[in-house]
Amino acid sequence: MHYFDNAATTRVYPEASLRAAHAMNTLYGNPSSLHKAGREAAAELARARRAVAAAIGAADGEVVFTSGGTEGDNQAIQSAVFAARRVGRHLITTAVEHPAVLEPIRAFQAKDFDVTFLKPEKDGAVTVEALEAALRDDTALVSVMLVNNETGAVNPVAAMREAMTRRGSRAVLHCDAVQGLFKVPINVHALGVDMLTVSAHKIHAPKGAGALYIRQGFRAIPILLGGGQERTLRSGTENLPSIAGFGVAAHLGRERFAETARRMLELRRYFDARLAADVPEAHVNFAGGVPHIASVCLPGCRSEVVLRILSDRDVYVSAGSACAKGKRSHVLTVCGLPSDVIDCTIRVSFSEMNEEADIDALVSGLAAAYARFHRT
Amino acid sequence: MQEVILCKLGELVLKGLNRQKFEDRLKNELAARLASCGACVVESRQSTMYIVPQDAAFDLARAEELCGRVFGIVALCRAAVCEKSVEAIVATACDYLKDRLGAVRSFKVEAKRSDKKFPLTSIQIAQEVGGLLNDAFANLHADMHAPELTVHVEIRETAAYVHADAVPGAGGLPRGINGRATLLISGGIDSPVAGWLMARRGLELHAVHFFSYPYTSEEAKEKVLTLLRILSEWTGPITLHIAPFTDIQEEIRDHCPEELFTIIMRRFMMRVSQRIAQTVHSSALITGESLGQVASQTLPALVATDDLAVMPVFRPLIGLDKSDIIAFARRIGTFDTSILPYEDCCTVFTPRHPVLKPRIDQVEQAERKLNLEELVEASVRSAERWTVRPDGASRTGRDVPMEGIR
Repeated sequence: MHYFDNAATTRVYPEASLRAAHAMNTLYGNPSSLHKAGREAAAELARARRAVAAAIGAADGEVVFTSGGTEGDNQAIQSAVFAARRVGRHLITTAVEHPAVLEPIRAFQAKDFDVTFLKPEKDGAVTVEALEAALRDDTALVSVMLVNNETGAVNPVAAMREAMTRRGSRAVLHCDAVQGLFKVPINVHALGVDMLTVSAHKIHAPKGAGALYIRQGFRAIPILLGGGQERTLRSGTENLPSIAGFGVAAHLGRERFAETARRMLELRRYFDARLAADVPEAHVNFAGGVPHIASVCLPGCRSEVVLRILSDRDVYVSAGSACAKGKRSHVLTVCGLPSDVIDCTIRVSFSEMNEEADIDALVSGLAAAYARFHRT
Repeated sequence: MQEVILCKLGELVLKGLNRQKFEDRLKNELAARLASCGACVVESRQSTMYIVPQDAAFDLARAEELCGRVFGIVALCRAAVCEKSVEAIVATACDYLKDRLGAVRSFKVEAKRSDKKFPLTSIQIAQEVGGLLNDAFANLHADMHAPELTVHVEIRETAAYVHADAVPGAGGLPRGINGRATLLISGGIDSPVAGWLMARRGLELHAVHFFSYPYTSEEAKEKVLTLLRILSEWTGPITLHIAPFTDIQEEIRDHCPEELFTIIMRRFMMRVSQRIAQTVHSSALITGESLGQVASQTLPALVATDDLAVMPVFRPLIGLDKSDIIAFARRIGTFDTSILPYEDCCTVFTPRHPVLKPRIDQVEQAERKLNLEELVEASVRSAERWTVRPDGASRTGRDVPMEGIR
């Protein structure tokens, strides 16, 4: 299998899957239970929390485990709007956010909040100037993703915080870093965020876990009420197997960060060179983003068909974003790509588990797909 | 109290010498459909089919629902069976229709006496029963013109039947009494409706779907199976032939003028469908075309496709507007599946400007560049065969054995 859909989800590290299995087979106590089995589970939870906190430069007490990116984004937005309710009813986000941010914000828009959707530049990133122009005295929330899931573009979140400070803005800053974790360096203090969302299954950990960083002193609100787990911020028995795997993957990801970054760059250069040599008609839509994500247009070849031709060769990519099946990507549209380019764009997303041989299979598949469409 | 379902036959009763044969077909059809509801006997008497449960476990509600989708039945109702006396009829009505009689203000009784030995005439029965029911329910008054509820009393050979108003059935003629036809199904809104309308006229359905993988997806194939599964709740089992179409479409794209792509493709569909129809002894094709709906359904385009016809091509939607077709699709239950957004073979390589008035000589000249016979034969020979029933679909092999296919 040649897997290039790592922005959709990743293969779990063997170490992380063993730890998740250990949590199911041995540490199956409820972390809230007072007996020894419960305490052991609670200790595992604490270890995972420490690893996830360390991965983003946070303190343990600033990390709340969630079910994943969508829940983290929802809770962050609800919390920000509540915390800044006396600041105003103006929200700022980008037009290229994941639906997990866009939809909750649109829900507030429907309740008469004023929303500014920042437009990206040609490279897919949003500028600090665009944010400065949009900031108002009544801006309550700025939510900007760190790395875009379709273009790979990196947004200048730290510089945005500086601009907000210069301006004296009282808005809450949230960052969806689901695609950014271990792709770019993340330190919550350097970014200056109040809240930051990450997800386990994008970093080679099991699905069903994520974390929301909540800055010490920021008063977030829960969206799930119940038994009071996670310092009452997220009720519900902790998904310990996934969280344990998350902890391991966070630890490994941090440990291997420099090595992985070097390897990713190497793989990406190899892909770009092979593509240019074997399918010169193809082009990469965005420059300057993370190496992990390549938005590739194969002119005249409908992406969904290319995807099936590749799939038959055991090569897996996605058409636009995997979440929006059958719809033209809002991200690529707002980045100004013409519809015939969007319809012929696939997303190739790498991980360090890919080998050069996988890329060979991918590129020869793309060449075959191109030839099939352009047979004369 | 014994409860039965009465199914009224439609135009079937106007048939002459074949009537018995047709009734037997309908009886068998009903028995087969109702097998999942439990044990029952289907009897046919006096232009009515009686569904008589054989034990208390029989699921009458489900049976009633199923009967509503059987072609050949114009109206149906559940009825209580009782002894042929006024007292028994009134007692049964009071009990069986208690809730409804208690909930309305006006009612009337309609009686029918096919057993002429019964001492009262129909009018007398209605008067007697109506009077007694009026006494039994204080809320009721008789209204002969616009009653909220009509209580029907039927005096038949063996028993009396009491029921409320019948509901309309699916109508039409029993499955297969007019033979077998082959439906071209794409996955859109129209073709299932066309199949339904013709099956209602007593045709047994086969279907052909053209599959253009990788240009169309597995989901598109699943969609067609789902549509036919829904359709089969009305028509009974359908045999589906999934004919590979990719090679044909690529050949047309590579060798024929772009503006003729659609019309040449439609002509290939005719050729392949007719060939498949002939192998399964199907005597006609059914399509969902509606005049002028799209470029391939203009009159000259229909002339160019029918030019190849060696069997009748039924186009029951030809004179309908889209809104009429959608209303049917909603009634049949296929609409929500039809609008799922998967590409079908008709939208692959769609020309930007399809020719609206294709001339046959022009089309034939373009087709000369293709190896027609070989392409058609290859598609027919590699078609997958599926049987689609209300409870699911299963592969039943290829149309012909694999020999000779690359």
